[in-house]
Amino acid sequence: MLTTAHLVTVLPLIIVASTAVIVMLGVAWQRNHAVTALVAAAGLVIGLLTLPLTLPAASSPPLMQVDGLAVMAGTLVLVSALVTVILSHHYLTGYIGPKEEFYLLLLCATAGALALVASDHLAMLFISLELLSMPLYGMLAYSFRAERSLEAGIKYLLLSAAATAFLLFGMALIYTRTGYLDLAAVTGALVQAPDAWMLAGAALIVVGLGFKLSVVPFHLWTPDVYQGGPAPATIFLATVSKLAVFVVLLRLVLAAPFFSSEWLQTLITVLALLTMLGGNLLALFQANLKRLLGYSSIAHFGYLLVAIVAGNALATETTGVYLITYLVTTLAAFGVVTLVSSPFGGEDADGLPVYRGLFWRRPYLAAVMTVSFLSLAGIPLTAGFIGKFYVIALGVADGRWWLVGGVVAGSAIGLYYYLRVMVTLYLPEPGMRRRDVTNDWGSRIGGLTMMALAAAILVLGVYPAPMIDWVQGLSGLTN
Amino acid sequence: MILVWLILIPFLGGLLCWQADRWGEQAPRWIALATMLFVLVISLWLWATGDFALPQGAQNQWLLEWRTPWIPRFGVEVHLAIDGLSLILVALTGFLGALAVLCSWREITHRIGFFHLNLLWILGGVVGVFLALDLFLFFLFWEMMLVPMYFLIALWGHSGSPGHTRIRAATRFFIYTQASGLLMLVAILSLVFIHFGNSGEWTFSYDALRQADVPEAMAPWLMLGFFVAFAVKLPVVPFHGWLPDAHAQAPTAGSVDLAGILLKTAAYGMLRFGLPLFPEESRAFAPVAMMLGLIGIIYGAVLACGQQDIKRLIAYTSISHMGFVLIAIYSGSELAIQGAVVLMVAHAFSSAGLFILSGQLYERIHTRDMSTMGGLWGRIPVLPGFTLCFVAASLGMPATANFVGEFMILFGTFPTAPVVVVIASAGLVLAAIYSLILMQRVHFGPVYRQGALAGPDWREYIMMLSLLALVILVGLYPQPLLDITAGLSASIAELFAEGSLGVVAGEVR
Repeated sequence: MLTTAHLVTVLPLIIVASTAVIVMLGVAWQRNHAVTALVAAAGLVIGLLTLPLTLPAASSPPLMQVDGLAVMAGTLVLVSALVTVILSHHYLTGYIGPKEEFYLLLLCATAGALALVASDHLAMLFISLELLSMPLYGMLAYSFRAERSLEAGIKYLLLSAAATAFLLFGMALIYTRTGYLDLAAVTGALVQAPDAWMLAGAALIVVGLGFKLSVVPFHLWTPDVYQGGPAPATIFLATVSKLAVFVVLLRLVLAAPFFSSEWLQTLITVLALLTMLGGNLLALFQANLKRLLGYSSIAHFGYLLVAIVAGNALATETTGVYLITYLVTTLAAFGVVTLVSSPFGGEDADGLPVYRGLFWRRPYLAAVMTVSFLSLAGIPLTAGFIGKFYVIALGVADGRWWLVGGVVAGSAIGLYYYLRVMVTLYLPEPGMRRRDVTNDWGSRIGGLTMMALAAAILVLGVYPAPMIDWVQGLSGLTN
Repeated sequence: MILVWLILIPFLGGLLCWQADRWGEQAPRWIALATMLFVLVISLWLWATGDFALPQGAQNQWLLEWRTPWIPRFGVEVHLAIDGLSLILVALTGFLGALAVLCSWREITHRIGFFHLNLLWILGGVVGVFLALDLFLFFLFWEMMLVPMYFLIALWGHSGSPGHTRIRAATRFFIYTQASGLLMLVAILSLVFIHFGNSGEWTFSYDALRQADVPEAMAPWLMLGFFVAFAVKLPVVPFHGWLPDAHAQAPTAGSVDLAGILLKTAAYGMLRFGLPLFPEESRAFAPVAMMLGLIGIIYGAVLACGQQDIKRLIAYTSISHMGFVLIAIYSGSELAIQGAVVLMVAHAFSSAGLFILSGQLYERIHTRDMSTMGGLWGRIPVLPGFTLCFVAASLGMPATANFVGEFMILFGTFPTAPVVVVIASAGLVLAAIYSLILMQRVHFGPVYRQGALAGPDWREYIMMLSLLALVILVGLYPQPLLDITAGLSASIAELFAEGSLGVVAGEVR
């Protein structure tokens, strides 16, 4: 039975979903870009404000598990979506054609992500994952007149569908063995050791989710889609979508013991190693910034897979901390790309030459970018270091020396291309720059958001104690 | 609190320099100079007022200490402390920092404010390394000082021949040091988790981790984790690949910092962390370390003889000199460890002098290639004379500080490892050879090109004279240095002595 208490626990989801409806109705009534963006932002902010009300949840609504992990991930989803909305407004100002539907898609996907991180039932997991993915096809192909954008959308659609098939097959296998779809019952039905079908089912689910996380053998779509999609859609894909899928994977591993069977752990370890090294190696000679960031995000999720392998209490905390640092950093890095590409004018400014000597033209924007790249590289005093510190600590605590070695080697390789981009920002020679940020970028809300993100990177790196306390508190509430 | 200020002053000064760019060209230089002199004055004041009597038993070995919680989740603290060794090195940082500012007065002509920001942040990071006692904090500063150094080399460096670009050199430097640093992070974390497993207490504190009971199978690996990080920075021979390029492409100020201070952080790390955390493993490792030191001495000296680029030559001599320091550190003799400290200081002076001189030559003749020099003695007033003095110091001429250091090292190591000393002494002969090659090719020999060049101005005089005075002063009267570090060297020698007693007892049984 659905009670009032249940409604309160899903309040953020309801608010985001109804904002989507309001935006849709608004678009039908009268188009206004600024108002639409404002309504979307307001909806997300209200959703963010109601999140703390959901805890402590006495009981969760059916199919869902509103616990510390869900609230933590929900917060991150909403914050990232908010930043995306702000940047989208900046970006879409110059777009010829309807601008408002982008926010509609974005809100729907956000609702999907919110439901996904709290899902406790395989059906719920599937529906919310699709709710997250479907609007993304639209968002990626939004500037469909640009060939690459259309290509990105279609590519993501096809490969996503393939991944979904894997996922469904895995779920079907598990269902045939246990007769249940909700996680608690699946776990309960399996007192004895899992057999080959169960393991195959689990492995197929990992593969299906691995597609979304672009874990290495399933990563081929990533660079093209990242490059082709409009910058805000790419941001959303790199942050919200990945984060939500990762959290649900962690939830599966934490809830269902057969996910942490020896065989599957070995499989994930191998995938993690491949992902760390592959992502970094492929990024080495990349001259396109969006592709480079795509590969870099592959590598980062490779590091994070250490948490999936370990699958203990510290793993939840690590995931929380790492995701926060990753989000702040990625938002800042992609944000700069978005600002330089704003307002929309055909293809995004993603070639490295555009950024050559940025520091001498736009010192503060280049400083934001430098800070975010230092953070991606995991240099101390930035947020990224705290994340990397946690991952290495987790690997060491769990005695996963191979993974620790992989993280160290991956980071060392990664430095090469992070440094390359960073130093490009400072090289004075006039490049073949086609675009530049508008002069007033710093006083616009997008610019202010960038400054805030850069400040957040530094503050989290210098004084991470509050963040750690928050994550630790919430992961203590995880079931 | 004064320790916090020692670290903060360079960082704040750096930010100020960056902003001071808009007030004119000279403003950042003067601010940077004042900042570094301020650090120097504070450390000298600490030296003058401090009491460096040998610590008695369990008495606190630190002159000043400051701690406050930072990340309670893992028991990370901001824990700073200073003792004799740190004090010397901090003072050295202040002094060489001021010199680095001075020597780039003419050399750096564009983006001056940002240059000084990077320069001062390196120095701030280095001071942090010398003061940090919490392992997390130490690691943080250790890694952090690399970023501004990277920019210094990559943005203001000299473009070398194709394949030796400055960005490549800078990237190489960064990746070497960062990757080895991560190994150290893994080792630190393992140590912390082992300590947590034993005592249930999260801490990165130096004193607590020294007591950690590391399982025997793990300990050598952890020790190696630390050693590799320090070995890359020192550099010890198989890990030295970054050094010649970084030195050759760096601007003069960068080379001065790199040779003068950054290499010393490695020796400091070994003395402060490497040996005390793993005394037994280090003792077992000592023969290997000494062997590596020997290889470094010979290899560095031989390669120095074959260089065409004057800065690369000096860079290779650094490898050779640091070989002596490595041998001394692992000799376990109090005398040799004190000698290592003296040699560190002496090498900082002499190599800084040589790098500054080669920078001044570059400003005059715009090349670092020794095959296009020759006969400069007659063309430049005064500078060749200074070069001769520093070359003499570098080869360990008596009455210079380098002589005292090398003599103490060899003398102190002889009882424990006579063979090593004998071979290392051969390195001194090679030192004479490369030093004379440097002198001969640059200042004597056939005149490559005619025409008189400008002599030193007041700024260059000040730099050279102050360095030279210090080299000779320490050479003639090293006692203050020895007094201030006696406590530390004694305690490290003790670590080795305890260990060796154990072995002797074992053999008797």
